[in-house]
Amino acid sequence: MSTVTQTMQDTSSKNTATQQRARVLVGMAFGDKVFALATKLAAYTVLLVLAGIIVSLVVGAWPAMKAFGFEFLITRRWAPQLEPEPVLGALAPIYGTLVSSFVAMLIAVPFGLGIAIFLTELCPHSLRKPIRLAIELLAGIPSIIYGMWGFFVLGPFLANYIEPGIVAAFANIPVLNTIFGGEIVSNLSLFNASLILAIMILPFITAIAVDVFSTVPPVLKEAAYGIGCTTWEVVNNVVLPFTRVGVVGGVMLALGRALGETMAVTFIIGNSFKISGSIFAPSTTISAAIASEFAESSGVHQSALILLGLLLFVLTFFVLATARFMLMRLEKRAGA
Amino acid sequence: MPSYAARQRKSTIVMALCLMATIIGVAWLFLILFSLLWNGLPGLSLSTFTEMTPPPGSQSGGLLNALYGSLVMTVIGVGIGAPIGILAGTYLAEYGRHSKMTPVIRFINDILLSAPSIIIGLFVYGAVVVPMRSFSAVAGSLALAVIVIPVVVRTTEDMLLLVPNTLREAASALGLPRSYVIRKVAYRAARAGLITGVLLAVARVGGETAPLLFTVLSNQFWSANLLKPMANLPVTINNFINNPDANWKHLAWTGALLITVAVLSLNISARIFGASKDGR
Repeated sequence: MSTVTQTMQDTSSKNTATQQRARVLVGMAFGDKVFALATKLAAYTVLLVLAGIIVSLVVGAWPAMKAFGFEFLITRRWAPQLEPEPVLGALAPIYGTLVSSFVAMLIAVPFGLGIAIFLTELCPHSLRKPIRLAIELLAGIPSIIYGMWGFFVLGPFLANYIEPGIVAAFANIPVLNTIFGGEIVSNLSLFNASLILAIMILPFITAIAVDVFSTVPPVLKEAAYGIGCTTWEVVNNVVLPFTRVGVVGGVMLALGRALGETMAVTFIIGNSFKISGSIFAPSTTISAAIASEFAESSGVHQSALILLGLLLFVLTFFVLATARFMLMRLEKRAGA
Repeated sequence: MPSYAARQRKSTIVMALCLMATIIGVAWLFLILFSLLWNGLPGLSLSTFTEMTPPPGSQSGGLLNALYGSLVMTVIGVGIGAPIGILAGTYLAEYGRHSKMTPVIRFINDILLSAPSIIIGLFVYGAVVVPMRSFSAVAGSLALAVIVIPVVVRTTEDMLLLVPNTLREAASALGLPRSYVIRKVAYRAARAGLITGVLLAVARVGGETAPLLFTVLSNQFWSANLLKPMANLPVTINNFINNPDANWKHLAWTGALLITVAVLSLNISARIFGASKDGR
């Protein structure tokens, strides 16, 4: 009798243990599914954000597209207050965006690559980390601080001491006296904006260049040194050709940043919708136009600003996509 | 072929130029920091943290409401963006490692990572401000969240991919379900990296101005209502710079100093934190 009860108790406790385990397993399987689904949803949020950006910009820009059509791209005039119908054209901000970024790249690319060459080829090991940190911290400074600094410190300095000298030096040379010409009226100019942009994108170029330079197999460099190459010859004939795709990718990435940079440019470019041949004249960019006018705009003016934003997004999208493709090609090769 | 001496000379000249570029590059950082300290430090006092932003023409005032607003919006923005980013990064590195969509999502994420932040502002204006018919702190926080997501996705994926597969296999062999393997093993192994990513995201949005300009606007006064415009440091600085008022200009410099110090120390601590784990 007692043994029977004993057995019954055993089986019942075994049963509850099995049941418990089954319950826990079901719970785990459920949690497992929920977690997997949550990660998937979150990942698709990224695509949703992109779709949301495109849809919301197109919807917002639609009235301006209807009103101006293709003319928008080739009209120089920007007169939102004009009666009865405002005339709005994107040519001046597009020009300012492209030229300011181009000048910024002209300054930042040699500097950025020079720093990367110094860091990878010459720099004593103990100094490498602090110098790299200092350069990368430049990328951490918020862009409004650059704008403020450019407005109060760099702009007045350039306008008072540097730019008049450059204008005087090129005064008698044709073509150049247009590019570097004109009167320096204030601390606001396209060139000032370009210089600030150059400082801002410098860390991106340097960081990527240092990364891709370090993918060069040491044997290649050692072989070049072994046959008597100088440091520059090794860099020029081995390192740069080997890493060309990556360097161009990094430069494009920096260009994407420069094209869309807003706060740093808004303060110092002057927000003037005029196309001038001189880089010392005030100008505007797409992002500066949006930043300075959007809050007070309405109707077709606001829609035109959103259309400008759409143009900027398409432009940077293609530049950044090209950059990523190039960097991906390099990664594949490094992985192979 | 030029002589060895000529080649050597050329090399020395180019390398000297590289050294110069480095010196100038590092000098910029110190120039900017120096002007921030020079102009911002004299205005820094206890009242900066205890008084509201002043009306134009006054002699006193602080940045209390702006600091509060920035803090609130950064916390909400990162609070929304970081979990989504970590989960999405988990999908890319774990569940979707062999999915066809993963490279597409990664690519789009990388583009969003560098997309102009003013475009994010326009997006949130159209998607949140217009339907709600009001500028609000919620809209600003969402704009910041959109900027946080790609940063965190990127670092999370990178860090999880660094976790050795043998760890996952060992945990799976014990019979743990996939989500437990990820949460209890992979996340723990990559914890320093994940936190670094979130810190970098905080640093990134801490000084963002462009996406806030027409989503929260700003506010002269104290406002804790999330559905109304809220004062915040970057836009306050933006408005103060554009005004000739001398007191506002001093406050703008002080605010700029505070933002920069906060963002740069976050950056540095994120690096130290990330590196300390790598060394172990």
